[in-house]
Amino acid sequence: MARRIALVLALLATPAAAAEIGPQKAAVLERLVVQDCGSCHGLTLKGGLGHAIHPEKMQHYDRETLADIILDGVPGTAMPPWRALLTENEALWIADYLRAGGLQ
Amino acid sequence: MIRILTLLVALCFDAPAAAERIVATGDLGVVIERATGSVLIIDQSEMATVARVEGFGDLSHASVVFSPDQRFAYVFGRDGGLTKLDLTTQSIANRVIQSGNAIGGAISDDGRLVAVSNYDPGGVRIFDADTLELVADLPTEAKTIGLVDAPGRKFVFSTWDTGETWIADLSAELPQVTRIENVGINPYDALITGDGRRYIVGLFGEDGLTAFDLWADEIKPTRILENYGKGDEALPVYKMPHLEGWALAGDRFVLPAVGHHEVLWIDAQSLEEVGRTKTHGQPIFAVARPDGRHVWVNYAHPDNDTVEVIDTLSGEVIRTLKPGPAVLHMEFTPRGHRLWLSVRDGNRIEIYDTGTFEKLGEIPADTPSGIFFTARAHKSGL
Repeated sequence: MARRIALVLALLATPAAAAEIGPQKAAVLERLVVQDCGSCHGLTLKGGLGHAIHPEKMQHYDRETLADIILDGVPGTAMPPWRALLTENEALWIADYLRAGGLQ
Repeated sequence: MIRILTLLVALCFDAPAAAERIVATGDLGVVIERATGSVLIIDQSEMATVARVEGFGDLSHASVVFSPDQRFAYVFGRDGGLTKLDLTTQSIANRVIQSGNAIGGAISDDGRLVAVSNYDPGGVRIFDADTLELVADLPTEAKTIGLVDAPGRKFVFSTWDTGETWIADLSAELPQVTRIENVGINPYDALITGDGRRYIVGLFGEDGLTAFDLWADEIKPTRILENYGKGDEALPVYKMPHLEGWALAGDRFVLPAVGHHEVLWIDAQSLEEVGRTKTHGQPIFAVARPDGRHVWVNYAHPDNDTVEVIDTLSGEVIRTLKPGPAVLHMEFTPRGHRLWLSVRDGNRIEIYDTGTFEKLGEIPADTPSGIFFTARAHKSGL
């Protein structure tokens, strides 16, 4: 039961967080994920030079961890830090988007 | 009555003419529409679209090679799809899914073999160019990159994870593979010079490149341009550069620097750095016009709305163009009088006069990326 509540809360949290980003910005971020993340992770996010980042894989990470990876990159790999181009809020929006499978 | 007669006569003449419709392919090309898995067949002289063909799968990072008769385009998709497009019938002649995740391909000098570079499972698979039947499977257990054709029915490629270069000789019945280790950390792309002599590997994990002299009796890796970024802090790399723009600019190569806002000039003989040019952003493609007089450069996100033209003699930027959001790829006409470029987020192709830098026209396209003209059929390494 506790689990189910957690899940419900998580689901509720997703749209709430996403709502902090306006629809126009959201469209820009979605394009960034599909096109620019897609150049390494694949247009369908099934992987390329970078790992697959489709929703099943993304469930293994919480949104804060994902946002940190997006902002700070992964040293020693080709994953760059995006902090110069994205705010923390935007990184969280992308983390939610990836976990929710916004492309499905 | 006369009218009807005329019509009849016209019909009599038209019918056989249509059945034997002649399609010349020498100035055709294809444009990848990456989000929709479709391809435009274009006519570069007419600056127009001839047809749109669908059904190519996931075309992110797709590339194309052509059969020697310039009739067929082999389209390499991200999803492992290898599709043979007939430019004369404007339809798919054959298609196989040959792996789970692929990154481009090459065609042998005799046009008989098509090779595909795969991430998953890592390695290179080689197919009969007619039937697309598997001829050879060369697993590397690593992601393969920088696959090129070399004279003598050879393919050369490198591995991202393990830093190796493989030379596969398909001239005999069984493939002969020469495997060279310690090429460098994380090779990300490679090029072969137009004469087929030098194979140059770009390294993501190191400040430098590795060169091979394929004419040597003993082929071994030589580091070049070591520490080219020394003293400057490397910037985050939002997109891997491409090394395909091998075309010799005079007696020099020009290459994008990884993680720096610069292109590097290399002496074609000594392979030593002879200069560098500061650029607007991190270069992705630095492509020499076929005569070598100018080099056109596009950039990584977030500077990808800009293209700069560098004069080869002075090494200076002589023109800055702002075609629009996300310029992904540039292709010269075979003699270099025009340049086509894709503006992904503007959903169009733009065509420029390379002498005056005037825009001559636009073609609508759905998130276009690569542009490939059939003239590539007759060049090594493209």
